[in-house]
Amino acid sequence: MTRHDRDTVTGDGQTRRKVLECMTWAGTGVLWTVSGGVPRALGLIDQAQAQTQSQTSGQDGLTFLQISDSHIGFDKAANPATSRTLEEAIGRVKALPAKPAFMIHTGDITHLSKAAEFDDADHIIGGARLDVHYVPGEHDVIDEEAKLYRERYGRGTKGAGWYSLDASGVHFIGLVNVVDLKSGGLGNLGPDQLAWLADDLAGRSAETPIVVFAHIPLWAVYPAWGWGTDDGGRALSLLARFGSVTVLNGHIHQVMQKVEGNVTFHTACSTAFPQPAPGAAPSPGPLKVADDKLRTKLGLSSVTFRRGEQRLAIIDQTLA
Amino acid sequence: MTSRTEVSKSVLRRFGVAVLLGLALAAPAARGETSAPAAAKVSIDNFTFSPDRLTVAPGTTVTWTNADDIPHTVVATGKAFRSKALDTDDSFAFTFTTPGTFDYFCSLHPHMHATIVVEAGRS
Repeated sequence: MTRHDRDTVTGDGQTRRKVLECMTWAGTGVLWTVSGGVPRALGLIDQAQAQTQSQTSGQDGLTFLQISDSHIGFDKAANPATSRTLEEAIGRVKALPAKPAFMIHTGDITHLSKAAEFDDADHIIGGARLDVHYVPGEHDVIDEEAKLYRERYGRGTKGAGWYSLDASGVHFIGLVNVVDLKSGGLGNLGPDQLAWLADDLAGRSAETPIVVFAHIPLWAVYPAWGWGTDDGGRALSLLARFGSVTVLNGHIHQVMQKVEGNVTFHTACSTAFPQPAPGAAPSPGPLKVADDKLRTKLGLSSVTFRRGEQRLAIIDQTLA
Repeated sequence: MTSRTEVSKSVLRRFGVAVLLGLALAAPAARGETSAPAAAKVSIDNFTFSPDRLTVAPGTTVTWTNADDIPHTVVATGKAFRSKALDTDDSFAFTFTTPGTFDYFCSLHPHMHATIVVEAGRS
């Protein structure tokens, strides 16, 4: 069985092959178990097994879903029907035998921050009848001062939309790393948000499991394509004393995972279109795949925390 | 005095001839022979501004056109100009009247950055 944990992706041929392999595996769903800070891919699972897993584990822990990069409004060749594929993803959510606690959306809800795009996304995602906790992607904040995003999702948040919440003993932190970006730079949290994070974490027990979610990866996936966060390391240093930290991101439209100490990093698929593996194309633009392969590249993730076991299981499921 | 113009796709088509004419006149303007309105283009393709360094005479209107399937912006680091988000085939134009070096970037994908140099009396 091939291991999926890896160090920083460098873009060389060997690493790209591993990434592609990971995406192929995701075609039928891969069950991840995080134990003692080290994730192991237990092997291929089909949808039925995935559902059983979330059903049994949901009883004494917490299962939530991650959805990302729905890009409502995108209509180019890579997927002219992004509303339909989002509907299919929500259909998968509604079909789960055990209702998840809630859903997080890691940004790029819309493609161009238009009111009609936000409306369509709200309508479709609302069909899941779950609480949804959002963070913005860069595509959600391109109107004047991100007015539309803040009107819809900014209530009760700080700054550009960051916040935290607690559920079943797990502390969730939603961060914004897509505003006030600097020329030549990557994603950016900024000093105000980092100060808030330090304050939010102060006094919390190191035993508290932490889940951080943000749009752009907090780790350096591939800086040449902007896939990283300039001051992500400062956020991670604030989290270093915690025994279980899970960082969930979107933005790169493919599943990727890395472990560093007590921190597990994981990126989710898009529900709209795939993007190339790092360095595998001239640019990170939308990847056009054969029509009958598209749904093997789109999907959502289910994350389960089991009380007392200090481990999170991440299941990536595609729309195929 | 500088002017800032958003150019839609249809407007671009309608005035395509005028833009080409402007380009043709750019050469003598660059040699300092005439003061005819000059024009230059920057394409945005594969998350790259091309050319990444462009030198023009004062008075030149530079038009950026996005060929990517992903929106981009054109934002001067020194705040001299800032486009709205340019969807596929959208354009943004800015007339440079003041000599100087203008660094700019895409505020959505800030690893994309380039430079316009405005030089008087180029020969």
